[in-house]
Amino acid sequence: MTSANHEGGARQRASLPLWVTASIKTLGSIAVTMLGLVFITFIIGRVMPIDPVLAIVGERASQSTYDAVYYQLGLDKPVIVQFGYYVWDVMRGDFGMSLLNARPVAEDIARVFPATLELATLGVCFGIVLGVPLGVVAAVRKGSWIDQLARVVALVGYSMPIFWLGLMGLLVFYGILGWVGGPGRVGIFYEDVVPSVTGMILVDSILDRNWTVLKDAFSHIVLPASLLGYYSLAYISRMTRSFMLEQMSAEYITTARVKGMSEWDVVWKHAFRNIRVQLITVIALSYAGLLEGSVLTEIIFSWPGIGSYITTALLSADMNAVLGGTVVVGLIFILLNIFSDLLYKVFDPRAR
Amino acid sequence: MMEPLLDVEDLWVRFPTRQGVFDAVRGVSFTLGRERLGIVGESGSGKSMTGRAILRLIRPPGMVEAKQISLGGVNLMDKTEKEMRAVRGQRISMVMQDPKFSLNPVMTIGDQIIEAYRQHNRASKADAYAKALEMLEAVSIRDPDRVMRAYPHEMSGGMGQRIMIAMMLIPNPEILIADEPTSALDVSVQRQVLDIMDKLVKDRGMGLIFISHDLNLVADFCDRVLIMYAGRIVEICEADKLSEAKHPYTRGLLNSLPRLDAPRDHLEVLQRDPAWSEAPSVSGRL
Amino acid sequence: MAEQTLRQWLLTDTPTSRRHAKLSALYQGWLSFRGNTMAMIGLWILVALVAIAAAAPLISPHDPFVQDLGNRLAPLGTDGHILGTDSLGRDILSRLIYGSRITLYIVALVALIAPIAGLLVGTVSGYVGGWVDVVLMRITDIFLAFPRLVLALAFVAALGAGIENAVLAISLTAWPPYARIARAETLTIRSADYISAIQLQGAGAMRIITRHIWPLCISSLIVRVTLDMAGIILAAAGLGFLGLGAQPPSPEWGAMISEGRRFILDHWWVATMPGLAIFTVSLAFNLLGDGLRDVLDPKGGE
Repeated sequence: MTSANHEGGARQRASLPLWVTASIKTLGSIAVTMLGLVFITFIIGRVMPIDPVLAIVGERASQSTYDAVYYQLGLDKPVIVQFGYYVWDVMRGDFGMSLLNARPVAEDIARVFPATLELATLGVCFGIVLGVPLGVVAAVRKGSWIDQLARVVALVGYSMPIFWLGLMGLLVFYGILGWVGGPGRVGIFYEDVVPSVTGMILVDSILDRNWTVLKDAFSHIVLPASLLGYYSLAYISRMTRSFMLEQMSAEYITTARVKGMSEWDVVWKHAFRNIRVQLITVIALSYAGLLEGSVLTEIIFSWPGIGSYITTALLSADMNAVLGGTVVVGLIFILLNIFSDLLYKVFDPRAR
Repeated sequence: MMEPLLDVEDLWVRFPTRQGVFDAVRGVSFTLGRERLGIVGESGSGKSMTGRAILRLIRPPGMVEAKQISLGGVNLMDKTEKEMRAVRGQRISMVMQDPKFSLNPVMTIGDQIIEAYRQHNRASKADAYAKALEMLEAVSIRDPDRVMRAYPHEMSGGMGQRIMIAMMLIPNPEILIADEPTSALDVSVQRQVLDIMDKLVKDRGMGLIFISHDLNLVADFCDRVLIMYAGRIVEICEADKLSEAKHPYTRGLLNSLPRLDAPRDHLEVLQRDPAWSEAPSVSGRL
Repeated sequence: MAEQTLRQWLLTDTPTSRRHAKLSALYQGWLSFRGNTMAMIGLWILVALVAIAAAAPLISPHDPFVQDLGNRLAPLGTDGHILGTDSLGRDILSRLIYGSRITLYIVALVALIAPIAGLLVGTVSGYVGGWVDVVLMRITDIFLAFPRLVLALAFVAALGAGIENAVLAISLTAWPPYARIARAETLTIRSADYISAIQLQGAGAMRIITRHIWPLCISSLIVRVTLDMAGIILAAAGLGFLGLGAQPPSPEWGAMISEGRRFILDHWWVATMPGLAIFTVSLAFNLLGDGLRDVLDPKGGE
């Protein structure tokens, strides 16, 4: 279910007469992974030095109130039963109440998630649009200045703390040059101007045909999205380069040249076609990585997404919110992996 | 023999390495008419490099130098890369060793053959498809419709190589370079693939350069044989007179092979003489 | 033998003993590593870092904890404070110098804990096989399924903020890739003929794993650890930045950025300097890792 799994796994699983058992196996391992993920969060919740009962009833509650809540939460039951309850709750999308604002955590997450999705999606788009061609050219012209550039871009990307780069970007492009909007999703004058349909402000403002808000929202998102995009660019370009190098030395490339094809066609119609499958995995992984990277980015840019949500909850010891957020992000990780596995099978004739 | 199809004169292939320049092919000269010319040598003898150099497929940092590689009186060395592309496939084509690697694994066979045809011929998709079917039939593939839709990994080695031949002959080139075309195949299908290739080459009046490490096979199949050693041609023979070869390397090769008609208790081990690689190349030009 | 120099002795083609062969291999690796300029730059930066950390009390111009509210937020190049002062008037350069100790401490601990845990899990899983393998690899997969930073956040939340807990949280998220590598290596080694030979001689699983499999996994693990160091530093800095790592007034670089963040628009250097320090050190680790990979694991490179 994880990236490294497909190399050996996908091909064996694909043997057609066994496809039913194979699918069951796949589904089974997905289920086990998800269960494990929920289990780890559950354990973390148990270990947390916060008394869940006290957190609900408050310090001054009487012993009887305390006991009532204690039994209501099922804390008298064996741990395994408690875990069962927890799994059941998670499956129903019930992460409990936020201790901070007494609202269901699931609702809060649904509210903040589109902001993260919007940011990460735009970021990964930057990464793909720039990173793939950069990686391809770096591989085809190995050793050229473009290859060196790609190397430096990747090295810097792997070495720079994202939150610091965000601060620097804010300082230069907002503070000094004034080219982009500051922290937040829109300027304060535009807040809540467009009705929230998808929760993604770029989409919402387009749906509302409110171009002023669109422009303002874009000026706010462009910096954090390019930052995230830079990190995914570093990763995608590096991986693209090494995949392409491998393909360009393959014999079928000589075949294409013998046919009299131009180098452009050889690269894009033959070699690139062969790395699409691997690229999908890389892009899915980098997308997942951006969801993670957005935790720190969102804080720098006061972006009201799931990263901000988890961190705020963490600092105010809002256990349910932390665990809920962690489970959701983890599940999205797994789903992205499954998704790339499926696309793998669509695009690679050998894996069907 | 009349006007040769291809005239190679003083061909060098060089690769810069950390220890200095390595000469893979050193001053090789030969001509090719409408014949089957065999090039035999052990691995590293420069035989494959010779084939690739003719198509100017040696990639930098490798370098190709030659007085001339002339195709129908035009020197290929003077052509630009763009002009070379009109030569590749359309006038000189090449079949490589292993169809497992030389066919693009993620494209259907049909697409790959059609692509080879449309690269040099203006044809509608439907015409190209019909042409490709016809070509697959010419290499004795039954059920060509199904094969057109199939992917390379669904084919056996013998079928893959026949597909490769079909693909390389569809633009109707004058010369085919076959670089160890049967080495990766099962012995049982080797002959079949060779026969198909032979027939097509003969019917179309093409020239064939057959590169192999298998002396017996080449002697059987070709008209003339060049024997390469350490980047040079050490001897040239008519294939049917191979047993009269004089060069000690050729003799050594022959003696190290078991023969049904003259069984021996001990096969000789090839003794190498450093002088072989020093001696100048023998010219294979007619 | 007498006139033979040490260099010749090291470069010999015919080593006379096992130790000789080992030293010779090491020396040749070092020679090819030394030819890699970028890797050498990385190495020198790290040597300098270690030296700075060791000599912190001697070279830092001020006490990193002494506040001077009268001289707060002094700009770069101020007399006596080359890199300026922070919001409490503490000398930034001195804090950076002392901060290098924390960085090294975190990196060293994680680099010890995570690969060893991964090595244990991976070799046992690969050698024993069967359901043990299935269970261990499933657990590894589950940990890999988590986004690392989020998992580390959750762990720190459970364990409480602090530098040791940050180390533990990062290690908990860092071991699965090592387990994967060690398992893959074990699987290839396990089926080798010489392992069968040792088994025939009566060696037990314990001995085979510790004496024959571990030594062979080490080089690929070292490469991976060096390449991961930068990630560890960034993760630690991230936790520090969020206030979950080292606690104030400790001069941890990530926490320093967090403090400086409030003044970013007017007093940019407060947050910029520690960021540059983090960047330099993780860049050095990346350069070193690339170089080591070329020497130790040529097939893993590009």
